[in-house]
This record gives sequence, C-alpha cells and structure tokens, in this order.
Amino acid sequence: MLAVLRHRMHETFVRWALRVRPPEPAPIVLTQRRVYVLPTRAGLAYATALGVILLGAMNYNLSLGHALVFLLAGLGVVTILHTFRNLALLEIRPGRCEPVFVGDVARFTLVLKSQRPDTRTSLRLFVNADAPIEVDVGPQASTLATLGVAATKRGWLPMPRATIETTWPLGLVRAWSYAVPDLNCLVYPAPAATAPPLPWGGEAARGSTRDGRGADDFSGLRKHQVADAPRHVAWKAVARQQDGPLLTKLFSGASAQQIWLDWNTLPDAIACEQRLSILARWMLDADAAGLAWGLRLPALQLAPDNGPEQLAAGLRALALYRDGKG
Amino acid sequence: MARADRPVSGRQAWWLLATALAASAPLVQQVPLWLALVAACAFAWRAALTWRQWHLPPRWLLVLLVMAGTVGVFLQYRSIMGRTPGIALLVVFLALKLLELRAARDAVATALLCYFLVLGQFLFTQTIATALLAGLTVLITTATLLAASDDRPQPQQQLRRAALLLAQAMPFMLLLFVLFPRVQGPLWGLPQDRFSAVSGLSDTMAPGTIAQLSQSDAIAFRVRFEGAVPAQSQLYWRGPVMPAFDGRSWRVAQTRGAYPAVPYAGSGTPVDYEVTLEPHGKFWLFALEMPATLPADSALTVDYQPIARQAVRNRMRYTQSAWPEAIAGERESPAMLRAALALPDGGNPRTRAVGAAWRAQHGEDGAAILAAAQSLFNQQLLIYTLNPPLLGPDMVDEFLFDTKRGFCEHFAAAFVFSLRSAGVPARVVAGYQGGEVNPVDGYLEVRQYDAHAWAEAWIAGRGWVRVDPTAISAPSRINSNLAAAIPAGEGLPFLARAAWLKDLRHRLDAVTNGWNQWVLGYNPQRQRDLLASLGMSAPDWRSMTAVLSVLCGAVMLGLTAWILRNRLRVDPALAAWRRFTRRLARRGIAWQPWEGPLAFAERAAALAPLHAAGIREIAALYVRLRYGPAPQGSDLERLKRRIAGFRP
Repeated sequence: MLAVLRHRMHETFVRWALRVRPPEPAPIVLTQRRVYVLPTRAGLAYATALGVILLGAMNYNLSLGHALVFLLAGLGVVTILHTFRNLALLEIRPGRCEPVFVGDVARFTLVLKSQRPDTRTSLRLFVNADAPIEVDVGPQASTLATLGVAATKRGWLPMPRATIETTWPLGLVRAWSYAVPDLNCLVYPAPAATAPPLPWGGEAARGSTRDGRGADDFSGLRKHQVADAPRHVAWKAVARQQDGPLLTKLFSGASAQQIWLDWNTLPDAIACEQRLSILARWMLDADAAGLAWGLRLPALQLAPDNGPEQLAAGLRALALYRDGKG
Repeated sequence: MARADRPVSGRQAWWLLATALAASAPLVQQVPLWLALVAACAFAWRAALTWRQWHLPPRWLLVLLVMAGTVGVFLQYRSIMGRTPGIALLVVFLALKLLELRAARDAVATALLCYFLVLGQFLFTQTIATALLAGLTVLITTATLLAASDDRPQPQQQLRRAALLLAQAMPFMLLLFVLFPRVQGPLWGLPQDRFSAVSGLSDTMAPGTIAQLSQSDAIAFRVRFEGAVPAQSQLYWRGPVMPAFDGRSWRVAQTRGAYPAVPYAGSGTPVDYEVTLEPHGKFWLFALEMPATLPADSALTVDYQPIARQAVRNRMRYTQSAWPEAIAGERESPAMLRAALALPDGGNPRTRAVGAAWRAQHGEDGAAILAAAQSLFNQQLLIYTLNPPLLGPDMVDEFLFDTKRGFCEHFAAAFVFSLRSAGVPARVVAGYQGGEVNPVDGYLEVRQYDAHAWAEAWIAGRGWVRVDPTAISAPSRINSNLAAAIPAGEGLPFLARAAWLKDLRHRLDAVTNGWNQWVLGYNPQRQRDLLASLGMSAPDWRSMTAVLSVLCGAVMLGLTAWILRNRLRVDPALAAWRRFTRRLARRGIAWQPWEGPLAFAERAAALAPLHAAGIREIAALYVRLRYGPAPQGSDLERLKRRIAGFRP
C-alpha cells in the first residue's frame, strides 16, 4: 500500500521533473533546472554526526570543536556544489540501437558529451535501479553508455526513462536527472524453437531438389527438426559425436536456392504470433543455408533474395507486422 | 542503494586504515595501555587482511570483541559515560569497525567515527599544534571519503582534491565561527571530568608547596592593563587567604561569608585591567590588591578574596579594577580578629618568647610590634632559597634561628606566627607576585613560578596591612623577579634564565595568547564585543543569524559561479549569428534549423532585396569564421560590426 503510494508519487514527480513530453529531442542538456540534489543516507548520517559534534563542542566549550563542525559543515555545502556540477550541463544524445529478438536484451547506446575542461567522474545511468552502469566522461569528450532493457514484445521498443545520477565526490549528496532520449529498438519476433521444415515446393519455387540429390552441392548441416526427411539426417556426422543432436544435411544448388516463405502456407490453426515466429525461424534457416528466399505476408511481399539486408528487411517486416484484427 | 553495498576495495581499506591511525594516534596518551595495544593489534590485523586478502573475521567474533572491549573500558573507569571512557569506547569501535569493512557504507561510518575522535582530542588539548594535527586528520578523512566514492586516483591526487574541497569550505568555517550564535556551556551537567589535575595554588600551604610551583613556567594568567603597567613591587595578585594554622600548614577558612560587592571605600587612582585566567579547577579568581570591582558571577569573601560561582574549569576572561591604596577592614569583626590570632597549643617556644617580649614592650601598639618583627627579620640575615633544608616540628623556630634558609612560604608563615604570638592579628595570603610583560603583545604574563605568599597584619586604624617578609631579605624577588633573587646555580625553570630563549618564548607566548584570546576564548561575550566593534548594534542571535545567512548565501553564490564558470561557452561568432537571425525573424524571415547559413542568406536576400548585399556578406563572414580554415580575429570583429549595424 505504502509502496504503491510512494511509486505513484515518484512517477508524478518524474513527470513534473521531465517537463517535456517524452521522447525528448536531441541533444538533451541537463540544465541546472532539471538536476536535483538531495542528501544520501550517508549524507544524513554525516549531518547527524555534525549535530552531535556541535552539541559536544557547546557543552564542553570547545572552540576548536566549533571550528571542526563549521569546517565540516562547509565541506558539506561545497560537496553539494561539486556533486551538482558533476552532472549539470551534461549533453545526452541518442546513439545506436541494434535490433534484437524477443527475449533478448535491447541495448540502447547513449552518447554522453561533456563541455567541461575536467572529467566528470562516476556518473551512474540506469533504467532499472538494480543494474546501473558507471561511466566517466573525459574533459571535452564523449563517452558511450549502453543500457540494457529486456525485450518482451515485438515491434518498436522505445527507450524507457533513464536516470542519470552521481554521488561523487564524497558520496554525501546525490544529484540526479531524468532523460528520455528519442531512441527506439526494433524487436523481432522470437524464432520458433520448433517449426515445420522450410516450405520447399511452394507453388513459386522453381524446380524441386528437396530430396537433395542430383547436381546440388552439400552446403552444411543444421539441427534436425521433426519434419525433416529421415534420409537427410547426417548419420555419419551424428555418429562421430557423442550424444549430440540429430543433424540434417542441407544442400545448395543453383536451381534449389529459391523458396517462398508464405504466411498463407501455414495451417490456419496457427495463431498470428506463432506464425511470425515460424517465419522468423524459416528466414534464419534459409539465410544460414544461403538460400534466396522471398516473403509473403498478407499485406506485403519481399522478392526472393539473400544476404543480411534481405534478412533484416524480412525480420523487420515480421516485427512490424500488424494483425488485421488489431 | 546498490552503491552502498559495493565491497570495499583494497585501496579503500588502506585509506581507512590511514584515517583510523591519524585519528587515534594523538589519543594514545589518553587511553589505557591495554587499549592502545588492542587498537594497534586491530590495525595490524586490518593491514594483514588487506595485504594478504584474507577473509574478514566472522561477525560473532567481532560482536564478542566489542563486548569484551566495552567491559574492559567499564572495568577501567567504572563507567562508560564521560569524557575518557567515551573516547576509549570510540577507539574500541573504530578499531573493530576496521575489521568489518564489508561495504562502502562501513567506510562512511568509519570516517564519521574519526571525526568524533578529532573532537575527543580537543577535550584534552586545544593548542595550535593540536589544531594543525586535527586539520591533517580531517584532510586524510576527507580524502578517504573521496576514495570511498572513487578509488582510482593516486593518493596524491586524492589529497589534493580533498585539500581543494576543504579550502572551499574554509570561508564557511570562518563565517560560521565568527557569526554562529555562541552558547555558553555546559548544556547539561555532565562535564565534571572536564578538568583534571592542573598545577596551581592549592587551598593549603605547607613548607614546600609554593617552592614546587616555582619549577613550573606554565602560564597562570595573563593581564592586559588599560593604562600603564604598575610597578613590579605593586603587582600582588591576591589569591587564597589562609588564616587557619594547625602547626604545620596554613589553610583557607572553612566557612566564610561573602560580600556581593566590595565592602570598603575606594581611594587613590583605580587600575583597570583584564585577566585571562587559565583553568585551575578552584573557585578563586586572582585580583590585584585591593580589588575595587568584582567580575560577573563572583563574590568577595570576608577576607577579600574574589571567588567565582563555579570552579574555573575553562579559560576565563574577566575585567576588574583595583585600588592599590584602599584601606580594608578598618572595622573588622571580633570573630575575624580572633581567628587571625589563633595559634596551636605548644610548639615554637623561642618565637613565642620573642612575641611575648614585643607584647610586653609595646603593649597594644600593633604598628610598633610590626616594626619590631620587620627588624627581627632584617637582623636574622635570612636567605631566600629554592632548596631550604628540611624542618622539624618547631619549624618557625628552626627557620628563624637555626637554618635561616627558606622560600616565601617559610617567610610568610614565620612572620604571621611571630605577629600572632605578640597578639597582632595576622594571616597568610597566597597568590602571585609580579609577572613579566611580553614585549610582543604587551600582555603581562604571570607564570606558576611567580607564585608567592605574603602576610597581612591588622593594625587598628589602618585595617589590614600587607607586609611581605620576603622583601625584607630578598628585595630583588619583589622588585625584579625570581631569577634575580635566587643564588646562581639553583635549579630554576630554564626560561627564567636564558635571555635569547626568553625572547623566542615571548614570541611563541604572544602567538599562543592570540590563539587563546581569539580562537579558544571566542565565547558569547567576546562575540558580542567583536560584532559590536564591527558596527553591529546590539548583536543578538537573530541579527547574527540574519547576517550569517546573507554572508553564507553570498559565499555560496560566489562559489557556485566559480564552480560553474565553464558552462556552455557559446562561440562568439555563433552568438553574433543568433543576434542576426533574431533580427531577421522579427521581420518575418525565420531561420529554419535545417537551413544552412548560405541557403538561409539566399532566401533572406530574396525576401528582403534591399538588404541582400548586407545579408550575403554577413553569411559569408559567418561561414568563413565557423567552417573556414584558420579563422581570423579581424573577421570576427567585422562580423560583429556588420551585425551591429544591420537594421532590416
């Protein structure tokens, strides 16, 4: 109950603190107005200790005790300024973000740039407070900071709100700020663990060499899937290894390279997300086998090709696929 | 927070060890030996843990050790409260905390313990050297806190950064020190142990007690006179008055009333002065004879000795004045006179016989008897010495007629005894005589070796009259100082002899006095005086807090400006260009972020054909300055001029 209330208050504060509606346009400059400073637990202990020392100094009329408290109090004030300065006016720009599959960790890279003539030390960045990363930003230099976020859904994953904080130099106060850089990660559907075999002999596949005989060259091995023909199992290879999985021989040949991966060839019983997963698996397999493959989705068609661009385009199409129903 | 749970690195452990050493080393003398050894063992163990990367001792062992340490401290002091036991406990905690450095938060706790120990050090001594040492400890502790948050830099770098932070904290310290409203302690009745044995006069005087003091050159008090310093022979600093004699030692009266104000009339020109009294743990204050005014919170005993309401446990400053020629006690009460005549039964028959003879010869004439006593002391050719021979039970007789060698307490005791045996009321007065003006700061310094004892006789019509029998035999003791009166070769404090050393010592004493007056003696009174002299009318805590806040705010602003001095520094060419585009924007020609300067210039020139040439020139200059090779300083000036003159 209390935790919920605290969380809600925190969210309200953050919304107010950010001021702009996320995502923010680049570059994000952490101006004075959006850097907040509060004492840490150590800072509170320090303040309490100063209070006790002051009482002792008063009670025993210790002039040097007063001087000690006042020096330490001054130190406390100065450290607020230094901690604040360590963070203030830092520039944050969105960097790269490579696509990932569902279940992987999306890695958002930010570019931190400092205009200051001295190093900004021990800046901590995190999306989730459990896994902060710590970076220094050199004098008038840039540093990359990569934040990981678990990708749980295909499609665009916008970068969540990042917190940047520092307690340098003395750990007595914490300066922090929030930023929501305009950075999105493309999340591909997870490739199905078990999928039907590649759809050889679709109506558009020219020639049929699915039995792998003839002039076609052996091109490699992959893990056996239930639907693979038993005669394609690489028995010799399996025998060579101890307790390994069954392997299926793959063949390549000029006439065998082109297949269509078609949404509609899959049985109607398979749900949308599962279909996308199977298609993703097929794409990876076809790409690994060096096949030229084409993709047919209800509203999109990719001409057969192969190579990393084709794979990226295909997976992107799957990631962004919108089901007619919703 | 995850950060506080991070384990302590080796480097951080070394820093913490250094801090703990720096904080506890100055206290070695104050804690019992066994504790110092325990602490040393714990430090060595810590060093081994870090060096060999051993595992930390298990928690139950540490709990056991803390309990053992606490019990040990309790057994040592029969208490765990108060000054010394408290510090001993802190040392126990610090030493054992070092053995359980698990996470960064333990590092902070250790640093805070060290700050407490620095305060503990001040309970025992607050000299300049202590302050410097404490400053060093604070520096190391601050560097340790720095290392706790980032342990990569080298030790020198950490120290340098810590010094910078402390230097920036210094203005706050000075402001707070001067302006923070001071409260006169104690806040609660705890500090009974604040004062422990300090040399000084005691409330009894037996042969040898004052001679002992003459070996100490510690300062008893310092005096600043408003006018000229009176002659050396007039500087009798009245301390405990001792009318009671038990045959061997003199002591102050057991029960005494007290006057709230000076009971006798003044005469002559008053001497105004200010005394800074070192703590001596007794109630009495020292006043130049005869006291004319009383310091705040004090009273005058019936034998004219100022006493404070509380024992002098802190260095104390008070202003007073004296009437050197005042007649005190003209109408003395019979009880007082009786007490000043009391002699023990038996003993010293020869002196008693002399007294009885004076009585027979002069009768009630006290002045004549006094003169007879003085002439006896003169005839006897008594020798003033620091090493008098030991005396038997009839010590007045032996001193006056056999050994004839004594220190001031022998002189005073014998003189009072002889007067009493002749029926003249007399008593011993202890105090200090003389003092030395420090040429560096003009303060009269009265040291323990200036301790003295003299006699006071009551003469009808003249009241209590001071007689210094020492002056009869050793006038130089009174007119110059101890060193002049003592035969060469007798042990004297070094300082009382060597001249060059004296000069050096004078300088050091002046510095110490300045430190005492302005740093250690900066109490509520001095604070009010200083602020009033700086032009603050009626300084109270409200006005002090107000001024303090304003000044601290100003320092804070200054520091902030300095700290943030290199914020985004805009290129001057870009700044000028922005002025230019703002002017055009007011004309409705807005610079779009995606437009290059030249493209914008073309568009603007087309929209404002009248200014086309100016716009193109400015754009060309700007492009050359921002993107061209090796920009020229003159170009910038030209750009600024053009833009300043540009009126679309």
